[in-house]
Amino acid sequence: MISPGEYFVEGDLAAAYGAIKAGCLFFAGYPITPASEITQAMAELLPRVGGKFLQMEDEIASISAIIGASWAGLKSMTATSGPGFSLMQENIGYAAMTETPIVIIDVQRAGPAIGQASRPAQGDIMQSRFGSHGDYETIVLSPNSVQEMFDLTIKAFNLAETYRVPVIVLSDAEVGHMMERLIVPENVEIVNRRIAKSLQETTIYDESLVSPMGRFGDGLELMITGSTHRPDGTRDTGTPEVQESLVKRLVNKIEKNRERIENWEEMYTDDADILVISHGASSRPSKGAVIRARKEGIKAGFLRPKVLWPSPEKRMKELESNVKKVILPEMSLRGYKMEVERIFRGKLLHMPKVGGVVPTVEEILKKIREASL
Amino acid sequence: MKAKEIIIDRNLCKGCSICIHVCPKKTLGISEDINEYGLFYPKVEDLASCIVCRLCELYCPDFAIEVVQE
Amino acid sequence: MITSRYIKENYVRRLPSAFCPGCGDGQILNAIIRAIDHLKIDRKDVAAVSGIGCSAWIPSPYLRVDSLHTTHGRPIAFATGLKVANPRLKVIVVSGDGDATGIGGNHLLHAARSNVGITVIMVNNGLYAMTGGQVAPTTPHEAKTTTTPYGNPAFSLDVSRVVAAAGASYVARWTTWHMNQLIRSIEKAIMKKGFSFIEVLSQCPTYEGRMLNMDHIQMLEWFKNKFREDADGIYKIGEFVDIEKPELTEELEKMIERVKK
Ligand code: SF4
Ligand code: SF4
Ligand code: SF4
Repeated sequence: MISPGEYFVEGDLAAAYGAIKAGCLFFAGYPITPASEITQAMAELLPRVGGKFLQMEDEIASISAIIGASWAGLKSMTATSGPGFSLMQENIGYAAMTETPIVIIDVQRAGPAIGQASRPAQGDIMQSRFGSHGDYETIVLSPNSVQEMFDLTIKAFNLAETYRVPVIVLSDAEVGHMMERLIVPENVEIVNRRIAKSLQETTIYDESLVSPMGRFGDGLELMITGSTHRPDGTRDTGTPEVQESLVKRLVNKIEKNRERIENWEEMYTDDADILVISHGASSRPSKGAVIRARKEGIKAGFLRPKVLWPSPEKRMKELESNVKKVILPEMSLRGYKMEVERIFRGKLLHMPKVGGVVPTVEEILKKIREASL
Repeated sequence: MKAKEIIIDRNLCKGCSICIHVCPKKTLGISEDINEYGLFYPKVEDLASCIVCRLCELYCPDFAIEVVQE
Repeated sequence: MITSRYIKENYVRRLPSAFCPGCGDGQILNAIIRAIDHLKIDRKDVAAVSGIGCSAWIPSPYLRVDSLHTTHGRPIAFATGLKVANPRLKVIVVSGDGDATGIGGNHLLHAARSNVGITVIMVNNGLYAMTGGQVAPTTPHEAKTTTTPYGNPAFSLDVSRVVAAAGASYVARWTTWHMNQLIRSIEKAIMKKGFSFIEVLSQCPTYEGRMLNMDHIQMLEWFKNKFREDADGIYKIGEFVDIEKPELTEELEKMIERVKK
């Protein structure tokens, strides 16, 4: 299945290929524009590799089912867009609390509410990190091409299995629906979770603060709960130290390993006066605009987080002292702004575009020219 | 069948008296004593009357009563 | 013969339970354990899933099998994923009336419709107990609860009838007075290939008792006298549906075999 070679497919299909390649054997989903193509592709592909596909009654049921399937030992995924992603938030927190590896693809569309169903947007960035209540961390990836829909979906599974967290692939309608060349390589790196052989093993954390995961049906008598619990699963909602050590570890799993998780692309940053930071679909014209600006003699640089959360904080801080201005073109009034502003403060020129259309090279180039004056 | 002993675990018994209510032989009654939760637990009124039907064990919500057969 | 000692040694994680004195939840735990024991199935092949509410605590933390204590209203959806991912497992959901028919009603309907081979034991005490006795979809018309202080203006749902209409393979209703029937029914439900549903009317002396003005002994008496196989409406107990028909996980496996060729 998905043999190595060259394909010409749309982004949503590439994500489904990536999931199959990563070893996904369970998918539960609910139709929604612009993510339905992933769900349809999984319905077709999964049975052919012996995997299970379920269309559930709603998105809450979908994420519930994939968490259940993950505890049965299968790599599991769902795909959705804004309204469905909002419905999933409670159980994203549940997956974080119970340390269940799952992958969620959110093909962003313009909101709020129903918004523009088939138009791209990038307004779910803060939600993807903070959407569920309480303190927790997720990992959020941002593909900007058909190739990356494939690559980053595989990476999402690997990260989920490594850190036992929900991992979100934050795509958008533009990337999800674009047709491009996809190269499926001969060798793909695949990570599988460590399976615990005893209940005791599930309580022993490695230096990454992760423990081997139990599997239902193995006789470990697992006790999995979304309530505050001790390492062995025993519910204990009254002891302050139990809540404190659990929640701190859930957050530190990502925080302490962030340098291993962070990932970005950069170009012309060595001597850049003007740094263009962009992600997902809007990073494509952003990169084009930076190349054009360089040709005009403007010292522009480009930084694109492929992992939005945890953000490339250290790299941004390094660049902060050298750059004079930062431009953030994105399809949202808020998007990634708070994170970039936190580091670059007064240097940020936010460039939101919210009509459900991707900013153009011309628009971004104009902004770079203005900033260089 | 005859009972040798009826054990009531005072740490588990919540004094609901369901066992007393379901016993067909009135073997059990309420004690005047209270356990550590301040609840009246059951006591054996007449061990000889017990027919070891184990309805008390079947209905006890707290696994607190056990009939030992002779 | 199953004794309390045997149950405690083999099936219960820890006691005393957190249930109020006289609460039916402990009896239902007792019944589930006896059913599993009668069937002689390996505990490692049994998985329990529950949501939020007093009855969600019946399996978690007390029942010594793999247990998944999930979010409010969603245990049936979690259980569906677990069952489909590993069809070998006997998956038992224990859910309250609020959990299963209020916030989670949609999942109940669709699990019955798709005939996924899990067992749902719905503990019905007629209101939301854990949160303090609020009105539920099962609360009788005009009953006073903490959120219907002047009486319930709405009407109650006959859950078993709805689940039967939705396509379940097995549907039964018992009360905590009918322990032996309940145990036999749970055995049948666990072994049933398709979706099985058992509604258990259970006494909640703390809140339901206040609503009905009865203590738990009076409630058990009420169950004994009023709930009969020849009664009508919510008072009718017994097996309502007991049929064989194709089951979801089996259909999926067959489809996979077909497609893989
Ligand atoms: S039924 Fe059990 S808990 Fe209730 S009084 Fe009897 S022994 Fe105690
Ligand atoms: S075994 Fe039967 S007769 Fe004996 S005390 Fe229990 S309920 Fe009564
Ligand atoms: S509140 Fe009601 S249902 Fe909950 S444990 Fe107490 S008696 Fe049982």
